[in-house]
Amino acid sequence: MTSKAPDILAFREDFPILKRSVYNKPLVYFDNAATTQKPQVVIDRIVKYYAEENANIHRGVHYLSQHSTMAFENVREQVRLFLNANHAHEIIFTRGTTESINLIASSFASKHLLAGDEILITQMEHHSNIVPWQLACEAKKATLKYIPFNEPGELELSLLDKLLTPRVKLLALTHLSNALGTINPVKEIIAKAHQKGIPVLIDGAQAVAHIKVDVQELDCDFYCFSGHKIYGPMGIGVLYGKEKWLNDLPPYQGGGEMIKTVSLEKGTTYNDLPFKFEAGTPNVSDVLGLETALNYIQNIGLEHIAAWENKLLTYASTKLQGINGLQVIGRAKHKSSVLSFIVEGIHPYDIGTLLDKMGIAVRTGHHCAQPVMDRYGISGTVRASFSFYNTKEEIDVFCEALKKAIEMLK
Amino acid sequence: MTIEHIEQQIIEEFEQFDDWMERYNYIIELGKNLPLINAEYKTEKYLISGCQSQVWLHAAYEDGKVIYKADSDAIITKGIVALLIRVLSGQTPDAILNTPLAFVDKIGLKEHLSPTRSNGLLSMIKQMKLYAMAFKAKYK
Ligand SMILES: Cc1ncc(COP(=O)(O)O)c(C=O)c1O
Repeated sequence: MTSKAPDILAFREDFPILKRSVYNKPLVYFDNAATTQKPQVVIDRIVKYYAEENANIHRGVHYLSQHSTMAFENVREQVRLFLNANHAHEIIFTRGTTESINLIASSFASKHLLAGDEILITQMEHHSNIVPWQLACEAKKATLKYIPFNEPGELELSLLDKLLTPRVKLLALTHLSNALGTINPVKEIIAKAHQKGIPVLIDGAQAVAHIKVDVQELDCDFYCFSGHKIYGPMGIGVLYGKEKWLNDLPPYQGGGEMIKTVSLEKGTTYNDLPFKFEAGTPNVSDVLGLETALNYIQNIGLEHIAAWENKLLTYASTKLQGINGLQVIGRAKHKSSVLSFIVEGIHPYDIGTLLDKMGIAVRTGHHCAQPVMDRYGISGTVRASFSFYNTKEEIDVFCEALKKAIEMLK
Repeated sequence: MTIEHIEQQIIEEFEQFDDWMERYNYIIELGKNLPLINAEYKTEKYLISGCQSQVWLHAAYEDGKVIYKADSDAIITKGIVALLIRVLSGQTPDAILNTPLAFVDKIGLKEHLSPTRSNGLLSMIKQMKLYAMAFKAKYK
């Protein structure tokens, strides 16, 4: 299946922002886990939509409306192909991973969660995959439990059987941890949960830009991701749900588009999938931008992207080993291009501030995963996260800057 | 000395520095050298949570002046805290309430006081002014 490796760094040219400087230093962008930069084609696609195609969709008789509707619905098919879902109507457009998870937490809980039930998550979830479940559990007097992880940052799967009690109504976990880089063996975990009849939601926010996802092969019940972490626009996301689940669950929000008939006397009947879950005018331009982004990365090839990012991770990890007092947080065997670390006696915020002055964008803090920080008894880390458009030279610059920062702060 | 006087001193000190590195080195040294607050005040009660770096602030009223003590767990934040204390501690509530703290901008540290920074400094200034307001109400 693997095609000949393309010259991966040639694609860097497609990203206009990477040519800019900050504080008169060339920008080194290592905050890709927070959001990825956008290739020119994605930017152009959004501009073209508003310049030439803009119209509200699904309801117009006129040319532009029909054109936009077709373009919009075609993206649903593209996303179906991207995830290898069974049906296009299993693809719901949302604002992002956070909204996708909130949708399921709310709709699932309202129908299936009872007092005394449990929802199972993991200790390495992003707050977006914790708080919606806390809210649901609170409303229904259910309990939120979690699968812990070990020192290197791998889930304690020996505990899984015991944690999947008859009370567990749903398991929600991340495919790839944004704080540790750990890639979880979701397929096995899903199979174990299914043996007990428990549905599984996968938070794919970090995974989709690095790993080829096949929802039928994984057999997950729900899969969520955000456009902006896969070179697409902000404000657009995807919820995949198995048809039987999406038909079963009640609507999340009410409004236009999601109804069949509305009567003040006889009440409302809901539209079919996928529209039942898409209340209101959707974000058409960003859906089209997302399509362009998905085509863009599939054209490069996710396997080539992952291969280069792994090289960058290995290169950077090796270089960082030489720095006194530096400890990498997250050393799972299967991990992606996320390098989280702390330096003894130095606050991550101080390191981030000085790196910023040298033109290097990293993330510092708890990365919206406070339970992960609690697990290690730290308040935060410095996180460098790489994309295929990053270079070894940038890592060299980063390492020198890091040494300089540590020198200043020691 | 008035607030404006101290601010002017600080601005002149920073004018000696040619680049950001020297400025930050100076701030870091300030942060390292100053024990700003007694351990008994480094508790939840005095904590101003800034999400990333934490700031502790204590205020007392002596002879019509507000005396601040503060600290932070991040050294750059602590250095800037030291500068703010130098400017505001020992001033009257009125002076504290009225100053725009213009020096911060002039020495190139404005970004640290932007609402998008999660370092607690902005909340600290707000809290310092609240203390000044409270003392003013109580003692006048
Ligand atoms: C693992 C994970 N889940 C969920 C999210 C939330 O994504 P969004 O803010 O795009 O909804 C993120 C983003 O940081 C993430 O890394």
